[in-house]
Amino acid sequence: MNVQLPTGRELFEPKRPGSQDIAWCPGCGNFGIRNILISALAELNLKPNQVAIISGIGQAAKMPHYINANGYHTLHGRAIPIATGVKAANPELTVIAEGGDGDMYAEGGNHLLHAIRRNPDITVLIHDNQIYGLTKGQASPTTMKGVKTPTQPWGVFEEPFNPVALGVALDASFVARTFMGYFKESVEIIKKAIKHKGLAIVDILHPCVSFNKVNTYAWYREHTYWMEDHDPYDREAAFRRAIESDPIPLGIFYINEKPTFEEMVPAYRKDKTPLWKREPKLDLVEKFFEERKL
Amino acid sequence: MSEFKGEVSIVLGGAAGQGIQTVEEILTNALKKSGYHVYANKEYMSRIRGGINTTEIRVSSRRVRAFIKRIDILVPFKKGTLSWVKDRLGENTVVLGEKENVEEEFLGKVNLVEVPLTKMAMEVGSQLYLNTTAAGLIVGLFHGDFGAVEEYIRKRFGSKGENVVKKNIEAAKKGYELGIKLCEEGTIRVEVERDEKVREEVLLTGTEAVGIGAFAGGMNFLSFYPMSPSTGVSTFAAQHAEEFEIVVEQVEDEISAINMALGAWFAGARAMVSTSGGGFALMSEAISLAGMAENPVVIHLAQRPGPATGLPTRTMQGDLNLVLYAGHGDFPRIILAPGSLEEAFYLTAEAFNLADKYQVPVIILTDQYFVDTYYNLPAPDVEKVRFERHIVEAKPGYRRYELTEDGISPRAVPGYGEEVVVANGNEHDEWGDITEDAELTVKMQEKRAIKKLETIKKDAPLPKLIGKEDAKYLVIAWGSTLHVVEEAIEKLGREDVALLHFSWVYPLNPKVREFFEDKVLIDVENNITGQFAELLKKEFGVEVHHKILKYDGRPFSVEEVLEGLKGVVE
Repeated sequence: MNVQLPTGRELFEPKRPGSQDIAWCPGCGNFGIRNILISALAELNLKPNQVAIISGIGQAAKMPHYINANGYHTLHGRAIPIATGVKAANPELTVIAEGGDGDMYAEGGNHLLHAIRRNPDITVLIHDNQIYGLTKGQASPTTMKGVKTPTQPWGVFEEPFNPVALGVALDASFVARTFMGYFKESVEIIKKAIKHKGLAIVDILHPCVSFNKVNTYAWYREHTYWMEDHDPYDREAAFRRAIESDPIPLGIFYINEKPTFEEMVPAYRKDKTPLWKREPKLDLVEKFFEERKL
Repeated sequence: MSEFKGEVSIVLGGAAGQGIQTVEEILTNALKKSGYHVYANKEYMSRIRGGINTTEIRVSSRRVRAFIKRIDILVPFKKGTLSWVKDRLGENTVVLGEKENVEEEFLGKVNLVEVPLTKMAMEVGSQLYLNTTAAGLIVGLFHGDFGAVEEYIRKRFGSKGENVVKKNIEAAKKGYELGIKLCEEGTIRVEVERDEKVREEVLLTGTEAVGIGAFAGGMNFLSFYPMSPSTGVSTFAAQHAEEFEIVVEQVEDEISAINMALGAWFAGARAMVSTSGGGFALMSEAISLAGMAENPVVIHLAQRPGPATGLPTRTMQGDLNLVLYAGHGDFPRIILAPGSLEEAFYLTAEAFNLADKYQVPVIILTDQYFVDTYYNLPAPDVEKVRFERHIVEAKPGYRRYELTEDGISPRAVPGYGEEVVVANGNEHDEWGDITEDAELTVKMQEKRAIKKLETIKKDAPLPKLIGKEDAKYLVIAWGSTLHVVEEAIEKLGREDVALLHFSWVYPLNPKVREFFEDKVLIDVENNITGQFAELLKKEFGVEVHHKILKYDGRPFSVEEVLEGLKGVVE
């Protein structure tokens, strides 16, 4: 790729011994997403210790090991609730939940729905390659109809999951889609998602070079287009765009500014201190017992 | 004439929605305020309206903390109550109430003292006042402090307006006067001495003891999905969230609840989830993550009978095996089971230090009986609560999973220090990155499953021995049965029977074995297989000699344990 990488990226390049052995296949779209993410973090002038990347399970979820930032590689589908807990405990952190289409839309589907309702100020990045890579090529919730796989030899007949339409339908705070093959545009979208106050969902299309022979780099370039005349504050327009399927629109579909989870909980109304710096309110415990004497 | 000396056991019975709980609250508060020792516990059906629910209130001149089967005064609010409690009725039981609420077959058989509660309530204005009339009546029998009744009614109904307060006080007063009259004309005589010290004590429920203990331990995050009988703790936290400035969130499911709590701990919060067996079953995946990632977490599990939905509103000590073995792979955990409200307060507070220090799941096991029990107690000493923070700064070169002698790696939190913190649910190296290295896997397995476990075992406190060290018989109990067994042994009156009560259930200090030497061991458990006895066998190779088990979804009564003990020692 012939692109100008931003400065400050080296801060996010990990030097830990385990980070050097990258488990992704040569040519995997995850490399591109890593570059995009590191660039976005660097361009936002963030420091590694201010960022926490919480991932689920799968190839996409290995991201915390290949970036120098706080990270937690957790369980299949559970990155969103864990990231929500991290952000609620320390709103000073920039929190990113990361995983693949199986991770976020299948195992973690319920959490995604309710995160939209809850609206924590986190960014959810979904590496969407329309296939299960790490388990060797089964259909994912976003696999297109008719695609044959070893476990769907008759071809997938279920309707593919449409995360963008779902996000708009549930009035999510920020919904975008990009293709990692467009580097600069993707960096811009992810920067906007991170800066957005509230839950930001970014569906990132990317190829799986080992198991998805249909949705290749070339396929994505041919079957996607950038929305140019779209107003992301217009929900109806966003929904119309969201249900377009071929070509697939890319860009920011919907922005709905609203209070975040952390702004709503009583914990931070008066005191903005992260929870780890707080001490028990023993005077109030004492007061509770005094009242119970009456 | 019916006479009760030193102690009275009052049972109120009626349909869900009839307001028995209001009577229970007014009574316990007013009687405690009048200087009587009180204990209360309820049993209820899994329905919103109807059915039969009962509440037992023991009023005594000395400290009372256990459930008894005996009923001295029964107040039925609904026909069917007597049949529901018929095996608890004795020759001396007085049924105090309206004839309409007594089934045909009991008329003439029981000692019925008719009191026109409904009529009296109607005179005040509505049947709605039936509860306060009944509460007043009972306080009257004790010549209790009517000021305390008034005060409590103000507190309870104050938000509903002055008229509601006034009417309720009027209704209570009518009942109170009738209660005094019943004593004066010699129908019922109640002689229970007051203990002035009780006035200065606090009245708490098991739910509140756990909840306030969590606050004392610095809990600042609670995520939950409602499930009986654990929900009270979450409700308690939510009610105080504003004041204590904590995060309380009702989430989409138990899976989310515990994962959110794990995330919060990862970022340095002191988080808790409150659930019951079925909810905990869903959490076991995350328990395993906590084990592997060495992520602290505190879980309150209020047990109810299983499997599956079991008996949703009833009690059992049936989830010990669940919490002992939940999660796959080998990793330590700490299981606590308070026996008294004091223990619930101190242990819950301490649970947060333990989770923080050892970086393991800490499970507080209570049960429906425990959370729904209340009694007066001296206010716990808040100064005894220790707040230990086991967080280090992530300095350059920091490794989250540094291999150490005692198996405990210093835990940093994101944002504190220059270095980053990487946690991982996969097998990992010292930095937290994925590894499949065989040698490192061995070291990490040993660190978690052996070294850390040994460290916790060494620090584990010993069980409490009540009675003589050289007693021939040693009764073994854990968790919520403490006071019932204690009272049963007291009633048995034999010096050769002692009680060994475990509120620290797992892992056990190796020194525990010494308690069992040369003793006849009697295990008392509120489950069908004797799960704790099985644990003792596994840990120490000891076999208990006798088991007294109860598994009908009800708590042990003092009488039942006493019978069981007699069967062994006599």
